[in-house]
Amino acid sequence: MPNYVMVVDQRRCVGCMACIAACKAENEVPPAHFRTRVIEKVEGKFPELRMEHRSELCMHCDNPPCVYNCPTRASYKDDETGMVLLDPDRCVGCKACIAACPYDVRYTNPKTGVVDKCTFCSHRVVAGQQPACATTCVGQSRIFGDLDDPNSDVSRALAKNPSETLLKSAGTEPRVFYINKFGTPK
Amino acid sequence: MVNKVCSRRNFLKGSAAATAGLAAISLSPDKFLVWAEEQGMVESTLVPTYCEMCFWKCGGFAKVINGRVVKLEGNKLHPHCYGRLCARGNGGLGLLYDPDRLKTPLIRTGERGDGQYREASWDEALGLVAEKMTAIKEKYGPESVALFTHGSPTAHFFPLLKAFGSPNVAMPSAAQCRGPRVVAYDLTTGVDIGSPERLDMVNSKVVVLIGSHLGENMHSSQVHDFTEAIANGAKFIVVDPRFSTAAGKAHTWLPIRPATDMALLLSWIHIILKEGWYDKEYVAKYTNGFEDMLGEFDEYTPEWAAKETDLPAEQIYETARLIAKNSPAVAIHPGRHVTWDGQDVQRLRAIIILQAILGTWGRKGGIYLPTKAKLPSVPPPKAYPKPTQKSLRNGDYPFPGYAGVTNAVRESTITEKPYPVKGWIISGVNPMAALPNQDETRKAIDNLDFLLAIDVMPMGTTMMADVILPECSYLERHDAITPLVGRDLRVAIRQPAIEPMYDSKPAWWIARELGLRLGLEDYYPWETYEEKLEEDCLVWDVDFDQLKKDGVVIVSDTTNPYIGPGNEPVFKTDSKKIELYSEALEMEDFDPLPRYKRNEQPSAGEFRLLYGRSPVHTFSRTANNPVLNELYSENEVWVNAEKARALGLKSGDYVKVVNQDGVRSNRIKVKATERIRQDCVYMVHGFGHTSKRLSRAYLKGADDQQLTTKYKVDPISGATGMRVNFVKLVKES
Repeated sequence: MPNYVMVVDQRRCVGCMACIAACKAENEVPPAHFRTRVIEKVEGKFPELRMEHRSELCMHCDNPPCVYNCPTRASYKDDETGMVLLDPDRCVGCKACIAACPYDVRYTNPKTGVVDKCTFCSHRVVAGQQPACATTCVGQSRIFGDLDDPNSDVSRALAKNPSETLLKSAGTEPRVFYINKFGTPK
Repeated sequence: MVNKVCSRRNFLKGSAAATAGLAAISLSPDKFLVWAEEQGMVESTLVPTYCEMCFWKCGGFAKVINGRVVKLEGNKLHPHCYGRLCARGNGGLGLLYDPDRLKTPLIRTGERGDGQYREASWDEALGLVAEKMTAIKEKYGPESVALFTHGSPTAHFFPLLKAFGSPNVAMPSAAQCRGPRVVAYDLTTGVDIGSPERLDMVNSKVVVLIGSHLGENMHSSQVHDFTEAIANGAKFIVVDPRFSTAAGKAHTWLPIRPATDMALLLSWIHIILKEGWYDKEYVAKYTNGFEDMLGEFDEYTPEWAAKETDLPAEQIYETARLIAKNSPAVAIHPGRHVTWDGQDVQRLRAIIILQAILGTWGRKGGIYLPTKAKLPSVPPPKAYPKPTQKSLRNGDYPFPGYAGVTNAVRESTITEKPYPVKGWIISGVNPMAALPNQDETRKAIDNLDFLLAIDVMPMGTTMMADVILPECSYLERHDAITPLVGRDLRVAIRQPAIEPMYDSKPAWWIARELGLRLGLEDYYPWETYEEKLEEDCLVWDVDFDQLKKDGVVIVSDTTNPYIGPGNEPVFKTDSKKIELYSEALEMEDFDPLPRYKRNEQPSAGEFRLLYGRSPVHTFSRTANNPVLNELYSENEVWVNAEKARALGLKSGDYVKVVNQDGVRSNRIKVKATERIRQDCVYMVHGFGHTSKRLSRAYLKGADDQQLTTKYKVDPISGATGMRVNFVKLVKES
């Protein structure tokens, strides 16, 4: 049973937004909504500056508040892949999951009225492909794969580099790992 | 032509599918088609092609279901992208399905520029074009028709113009962009650094970016190599007045005073010569004129350069040391948009001299040698006629490069010297946005008998044309096969994913139909472009069927990128070596070695106007693209945070930018940031569109080119230095 995770190597991210464009095309995300985004954060005073590019998406948490707070069991943790997914037929658009998610990565699809979010492109993954964002990521900043496979790109990246998760204190146990949160290599 | 892709799931038939189908009709067409494919009701095909969202021309596949393109993916065989498309590449769908596209031929009914047109049939429009071109030919000669072009359409309209009898073709990608670099390499090594630039960044220990904002300048394979270099621990030295994305990843950021880059380069050369850090063996073997250099750089001490560049002298020395100590595994990027201040060929010469004395050309981690494999040239079906009048495309510039000097053609159009230019054809370019000083461009257009535009979108200059011919997008047409010269030699094909939409046509069809109407049928022995491509492949010994199927074919996989036994570099100069000292320049009374000539600086209260790129846009042409517009819909003017406070401005405020000649921009948002020096402001090029038919981009942001009324011509190449305008910000009341 694969243990799918994403590693975001921030050193390699240039904020080009190819991931966003690919995600929107792949998943037909409605205008003005996004399943993923890239944050640019700058600290310091000229000329002593530091800059971070950070892609954010659903963390596919192992301890997912969205799932616990969903009254209809539309949001669920997929047993086979570990992905946090959403069954649109069960969703009533109550937005409890949006309120519960500490990462602000869910939105209501204005066309369907149901909640929508990153699926790690599960439809591509079951077909043996990578998620659209990782496939197109020009700097290879987004790495996707099976953490249980020691030879996978994600395992190797995490073995070689220290990594962190976002909002660790929330106790959500995210499946998205960040290498070098602050962009400047030492 | 296409690969069949099996449906992922093939269940749910009959009534179940019908019920689900009812639920799905509320979805937009793409989602419905993807759903239908999943249900096994329709099949998808993957059409290999290459991108035209920018000039990098990455390879990819268009996924097509029921005649609709639903997704674009990269082609791993294509060395310009390694299978990874940038935002613009993914945004190709936005161009294809932009409702603002030109849909039918248009003939002007009002005044030039007032946007009044009537729809016309292709027959009528092409007939009118042929009539107008013939009238100019009869009255003034065929040379009086000029072509401004860029990208894939060039392969169709350049031959048409040559067959018509005019040599006057010019590309803003040269004189307004890369031209001085081409000229500098031609003078110094005789071999271009290529596009993609042959930088071996993946093996570099140090990479120098001087005026190159990689990451914002989104050239897929090069950005890929850039991030590989970062992951490999290469140290980046980034010279930029702005804390660019690349500067954010740099070991050393040198926030240089704008327009003083030459001082830094000369000082680096000074230090390397003085400390004896140059590669003595390499210099002796592969360069010419080294002795003439000695003593010529003595004055350019780091202390002197510190005053010019506003960088600490120690930092100048330390970076020189870092570069020298890691040579030859040092990639010094020569930049791409290099038309800055009219001294551009000389500045590029300084960069090439550095590359040479450090022994980086042909060395691992420096500049790799190109493959020696070559495609035989395909001769035209019939020899082109010899023009009776001398070409005016190069003006009087002694080293104009190969792509014409647009501003020289514009000048001749205004002055009618050496002879009148009465017809312009523009394809794939928007001269109002590409050339500096819009008044001069306007004046030239006013002096034309005929302006023809061939375009996909109703861009500013296009909407001034007398006849507009709607070209279909790159996803709906064949184009020339592109040779990909790098570590090896490959070829890539563009083929239509779907039939042309509306009443649009491929450029090859437009060129051919015009050719037939101008009596040039001998140049078009083929009926479809696919026939011509197949013929080309026969000449090249490339398997056409494989190319159609895979999108990319490797012609030669043997390559030896580094200098070694039996693999010597080739320099196509008179001396067959790198000409550090240029006798060619000396003969034309230019400095044979680069010298420092101080550029004018803005006075207190003024800023130098700098411009650059967003990673999600190309030139002025993508601002209206619905996919890309959503990611970056209007440009902002970057102002140093402290300066902004002093001016009472904060991020999000709207201002007008006013230049030294009193030209006022459209309103533009302020970005108050620590990421820029106090003596300059910056904006992304290609906004502030005035074409009302661009519904998303119309009057969004400011047009840097409108503010570029002043320009400095490089006397060597004729290219226009455009970072010489000084501006103030005026708060919108």
